[in-house]
Order: sequence, then C-alpha cells, then structure tokens
Amino acid sequence: MTQDWRSHVPQLEDLARELGLDWSPVIFEAVPDSFMSEIAVYGLPVRMPHWSFGARYIYQLVQRHMGYSRLFEVVFPGNPGHAYLAASNGLSDNILVTAHVLGHADFSKNNMLFRRCQEQGNAHIVEHAASHARQIERNIETYGQEAVERVLDAALSLEQYIDLDQALRRQRYPEYATPVKPLVDDGFRARFAALDPGAGAVAAPRPVRAPIPPHPERDLLWFLATYAPEMESWERDIFLAVREESFYFYPVFATQIMNEGWASYWHARLLREADFIPQAAYLDAIKCHSDVVRPIAAGEQSALSVNPYHLGFTLWEEIVKHEGLDAARRIRREDDDFSFLRNHLTKEIATDMGLFRFQGQQNGQFKVLAGDIDELREGLLSGKYNFGAPRVAVTEVRSDGTLVLRHDATLDGRGLDVDRARKVLEYVRSVWRRPVLLKTVDAAAKAVELSAENVAAA
Amino acid sequence: MEPGPNEPSLPKINGWYELFSRGARDWLRHSDKIRDAVRDHLPQIIAGSDIINHGARSVQVPVRMLEHFRFRLRADGEPSGVGQGNAKPGDVLGAPNPSGGAGQKGPGGRGRGAPELMLEFKVDDVIDWLWEDLQLPNLQPRSGPSDEMQWKREGWDRRGARSRLDRRRSLKEAVKRRAQGPGGKSFTDEDLRYRQLTRRRSPSVNATVFFLLDVSGSMTERDRQLAKTFFFWVAAGLRREYQSLEIVFVAHTTEAWEFNEPDFFKVTGSGGTVASVGLAKVGEIMADRCNCASTNVYLFYASDGDNASDDAAAARTELEAVARRARYSGYVEVTAGTPRSTPTETAKIFKEVVACGMAGGRFVISGPDDITTAVRHFFTAEAQAAQADASGSAP
Repeated sequence: MTQDWRSHVPQLEDLARELGLDWSPVIFEAVPDSFMSEIAVYGLPVRMPHWSFGARYIYQLVQRHMGYSRLFEVVFPGNPGHAYLAASNGLSDNILVTAHVLGHADFSKNNMLFRRCQEQGNAHIVEHAASHARQIERNIETYGQEAVERVLDAALSLEQYIDLDQALRRQRYPEYATPVKPLVDDGFRARFAALDPGAGAVAAPRPVRAPIPPHPERDLLWFLATYAPEMESWERDIFLAVREESFYFYPVFATQIMNEGWASYWHARLLREADFIPQAAYLDAIKCHSDVVRPIAAGEQSALSVNPYHLGFTLWEEIVKHEGLDAARRIRREDDDFSFLRNHLTKEIATDMGLFRFQGQQNGQFKVLAGDIDELREGLLSGKYNFGAPRVAVTEVRSDGTLVLRHDATLDGRGLDVDRARKVLEYVRSVWRRPVLLKTVDAAAKAVELSAENVAAA
Repeated sequence: MEPGPNEPSLPKINGWYELFSRGARDWLRHSDKIRDAVRDHLPQIIAGSDIINHGARSVQVPVRMLEHFRFRLRADGEPSGVGQGNAKPGDVLGAPNPSGGAGQKGPGGRGRGAPELMLEFKVDDVIDWLWEDLQLPNLQPRSGPSDEMQWKREGWDRRGARSRLDRRRSLKEAVKRRAQGPGGKSFTDEDLRYRQLTRRRSPSVNATVFFLLDVSGSMTERDRQLAKTFFFWVAAGLRREYQSLEIVFVAHTTEAWEFNEPDFFKVTGSGGTVASVGLAKVGEIMADRCNCASTNVYLFYASDGDNASDDAAAARTELEAVARRARYSGYVEVTAGTPRSTPTETAKIFKEVVACGMAGGRFVISGPDDITTAVRHFFTAEAQAAQADASGSAP
C-alpha cells in the first residue's frame, strides 16, 4: 500500500463531478486480505455470527489459495458510503478501484431500487449490521449458543423471503376486514331509509375479524417475527435483524450486472480522461481493467458462465454510444437487471459478445443450443427471480396453530427439493413451536404436503 | 463533508482487523457442530481400518461440510445456463467425466459443491462413543474373592504418616473439642487424624477373552478385514473396562494356532475349515490358563460359516465344552456383500448350543457399517445375560 494513490482521489473526484457523477461521500479504508475475504463471505464487514458463514469462509479461503478469486474492493452504499480496499492492492490497482468505487457510489445514490431501500432507513447498513452482530453476541451470552443458533438457523435459511413492496418497519395486518363499502346513495335508498329511521342504524355491518394472513404472505421473516405464537422478543428481533439486512442485500443482488457494469464503465472512462495519472500507472490500471472485464479465462475458447462485469460494461458502452450519457443516466436511475437486460441486450450485442445457451449432458459435457434472444435473456435472469429463491408464501394459520406454507410450483415450473424443504421446515418449526406444513408438487406434478419431521420436544 | 486527501479516516490499516477473524470463529463453531453430529459417522470411523495395522492413536475421517438448508427447487435433469465465447449451436464443450457419474470434480468445479474435509478423532474418544450405552457386567464378582490382595483405605487413627493426614477430619475433631470446653487451643496434637490402610482381597474383575478367527481359504480378504476390525474395537473397549484383561488370539484353518496381538491382526491363511479344531484349541488354553472360578471368560468366534460338513458333530461337542465354561459365547458371521438366506453350518451349531441354555448369540456382519451394530448387539445381550445371571433367575 503506497501513499501516492490517495493524492489522486480529489482529482478523480473532480473529474467525476465534471462528467456528471453524483454520489454521497465515501470513506475509504484499507484492510488486510483476510478481512476482504470475510466481507465477501458475510456480505457485510461486521455481521452476525453463524456457523454457515464459517463453512463458506473456508470455501473462500481455499478458492483464494488456489488463486481463483481476488478481491480489490467492496463498497457499501450509504451516507457516507464505505469502501474497503485490499491492502495488497498496488498503486495502479487503487487508482482503478477508486474510480470504480465512485461509479458504484453514483449508482447506489441514484438507482431507484437502492434509493427505496435506503429511504426505508437502510442508509447506515454497515453500522446497523454491526449492532445486530453485537446484540446477537449478547444474546448468545444470555441464552446460550444452542438457543440463538436455533433461531438463526431458521431466520437465515429464510433470508430471501422478504417483500420489497412492503415497508421495512411494517405494521401488523388490520385486525378487521375492510367493511364492504356502502352502496352509492341514491334517491331510492334515501326514501327507503326515511320510511323507518331506526332501520339504518341496525343495518350497520358488524366488523369481521380478518383472517391471518389476509392474503398469501411472502414476507416470511416478518410474518414469523410478528405472528409466531410463542416467540420470545429477542428471537423476533433476530428475525427482524436478518430481514433488515436482506432489504439491503436485495438491490445489490437485483442490479448486479448493471451496477458492476456501470462502475466498470466509469472507471474505464475516468482513467481514459484523467491526464494527471502517471503513464506507467495508467497502463497497469488499464491492464487490470481488462482482467476484470475479461469474459473468458486466458487460454480458453469459451466459458460456461457470463462475467457480469463484462456483460454490464458492454451494454453500458453500447447505450452511451447510441443513446448518449443522459439516456444512460436515466436507465441507471430506473432499471434493474431484469428490465436492463430485456430492454438493452439486443440480438446483435449478444451475437457480438458470443453469448450462447448450453445444456448439460449425461456424460458431463455441455451442448451449445441454438436459441433466440428471449430465451437467452431468460437464461441470464432465471436465477434472479424472487431473490433467487423458490416462491413460498404463508397461506393459512389453522386454529391449532399449524402454519401452512404453499410453494407456487406453477410459477417456478417445478416442485421443491423435498429433503431440503423438510429440513427448512424443521428450522421453522423450532421457532414457530406449532406444526408446520408445506404444500408443493412432486416430480409427477402431483400435489404433496410436507411436514417437519424429527420434532424435538422443545 | 467530502473526505479530502488529508482526512484522518483515509486508508490506514487498522490493527483491529488482525486481531479477530469472524470467519475463523464461525468455522470453529461449524467444526464443533460436526463433532457433535459425528455419531452418525461412527460406522465410517470404525471401518477406518488403518488404525488396526498402524496402531495409531487417532483416526482420520472424511466428513462432509454441514449444509445450511434452504428451499431449493428440485434438480431438473442436467444443468443448463448461459455461457460466452467461441461456440456455435451444436458444439459440445468440456471433457466427458471419466467415471460417467457426477463424481469428484476437479478443483475447477464451479458449482458450490460440498467439499469434504478430514477430521481427526482420538481412538479413545471413539471408544467412548461406541461403548457409551453399553453397561458391561464388569463389576460383578464372578464367584468369591480372587487371590489378589489390595491395599484399601479404611478408618482413621491418631497416629500415622504425615502424608495421610486427613485435614477435614482433624478440623472436625478440633471443633468438637472446642465445643465441649470453650477457650481451648485452636489445634492440639490430639485432634489430628490419619487415614489408615489395610490389605483386603479384591473382588474378581478379571476377564479372559478368546478371539477365534477362521482364516481358511473361503474367507476373503474383505471378510477377514471385517472380522479383525470387529475384534479390534471389542478389544479396545474391553481393555478399558477390565483392570486385568487377558485376550487370547487364536486363528484356525484345519489346524489352530495361538498368536500374539500384532501378528493376529496380520494373519492370513488358506485351506479348509474345521471349526472343531479351533474350538478345541480354545478349550485347551482355557483349561490350561484360566481359573474359571474367578475369571470371566468370553469367546468370540468369527467365520464365514462354511465348516467342513463332517465336522458338525465334533464342532458341537467342542463348542458346548467351551460355552459351558464361558460367560458368553458370541458368533460373528462375516459375509462380505451377500447375506445368506439359509443358516450356515456354524450358525446352526451356535443356535443349538444357545438353545441348550448357554449364554451366547450370533450376528451377521456384511459390511463396515454393521460393525458398530455388532458390538452393540453383543454387549447389550451380554449385559442382559449377566443381569439375569446375577439375579439368579436365568430362564
């Protein structure tokens, strides 16, 4: 880590402002590589403890050891934002990374999805997550590892089940069903009422208690935290903490291609236009850039995955070239990955990039398929729907307290993996503390009902 | 409030990060959980036969990483996706799997597979888990006291060696004395109490275990390995339970030999099977060396059950003779792979002998997973037999 690159930060910032980037201040911090891997595993610099992160951590260490992934930076949106740079970055790496970070900061300040989640109170997610972590560590001291882990097992396995259309601080369902609207008053009704003045008052409908949930509820974390019959308040807090973090993760997840592409576009452009950067550093940085947005590993003909940096970068280049910077800014404000790919990944671009669909075969090889652009876009997006999780919603709470979940196999195209689903139901059951059922379909598209097994006497 | 170049919050490696790794902490917790769940892997650990030959004090076991379950769609045929590069429709990419199945992928496997890790367990711990629920009848004196004398602590005296001063007792005496006549000294020589020792006959907790192994040609390498693994864990367990345990290792084909322990676990052989010879050898050693009055004698016989057909009567007589003297006779039938539908020759004679009222039992081991169950089977049965024996109401 050299001191030099920081002298370029204000110049880069001035240039970025000239080019119309608009961001909240960012705090840069250099951290050791080990901490970078932890950020990659946890998704946040300080996050709640759970054994599943430990498993991912080792996996990440192995990967890093084998040289598969190297992390240059991680940015957390907010006001101020936080950017963590790997301490092993060289001067040119850090110039590139700073420019990249400015791109991200501009994106997260202006993109509607990010804005909405931040306006919900998530502008300080780094601090909030750290405070959740502290709280949960205190819970472990008070209630013991096992008890806290039981709650975290359940909450984190349902991490993706939030409802972005609802507020982060969400109210309980109205207790009574909305009464049927009185019919439009007309002359006849007025005359009829006048016949017997007492009748109108009697006819006022009695309020009807709304069922819980009044409609299928996909915000499982909130529902469990709010309506679980016997949950302790600290357990509810853990569910809500996980939910708050998911509100932060969703925009990151749902705009990954756009966001990385935008940041890559801007670091490339800022470097190109920054005449104050020494020649050698510029060359190194550009080399680093081409590594980052490289679609295919060196020496390979093709890859069985698409580098989101490359895809996003290419699309933004095209957009700026054909529609101009203003249009690009509008798109960056309004789109997410779904609309971005559907609107801007054209057949020509896909052909130029060499994108193709493939299908695995019995012998472990992969066959390249012919396909139109719609299928290609679907292939790129299919893992992203519903936060990447099967659609499961609460449909009913029976009078004996049984929680009934339903999996929407029609939309997802097929049923759930039954063994895993049962395990998740066990997690849920241990916090719901009543029977838990799940309806899905089996391989023959026949409806099946799963329930949690091995019910431990709680 | 844009951070300028001179702002103190700009990069400086914060020492805090080096002090503590959340990832490592959660990884330790993950390992702990695996250890907790390790009893599911007990059969695998037991079957790790390296330790028999190498005498290691720990076993390495491959364990899958724990999965934190989530809702997932059912796997739907082969994976598909979108790739990029120089490829035309119809091209085939990637190398075919050599094994044909979805086996071990190289380090390049992209999917989030479940890497295996090696965990090391101490043999002593494994024995603990294996024998945890088994109550061995080791504390029942067989019949009367043995010849061995033992120093035991018994009573107190006012004189004795300093090292045997009982402080608590002495303090009590002092308190008593002061209660009788207040105002005395806090301690006098009269208050001191010393523990005393006497010699007593110790109850019999001796045991002799006979391991009889059929090493004839019909026993495959795998059969032998299974039998030896079984013997290894039984020996390891019994050794911890009995203060003085003698294990006699005998192997037979058409002849019988006694071995020392390391050789026994290496023994191989060929030729026919005559069970009576092996059993006779056991009987001989038993008569020779064991004082059956004060020793618990056990017999475990492992064979594939293919006894020579003309040996049935002789084998039965010998077995009866041995079983009469033994506290328990167990027969382990090893049939690697295919369990048999009809009882074998050897199984038949064990059945008959047990039917005559002698304590004994049989168990079939057809794979490494059965070894745990076999050990449990024999030692639960044995413990029950011993209980019945002790209460004097053997059916």
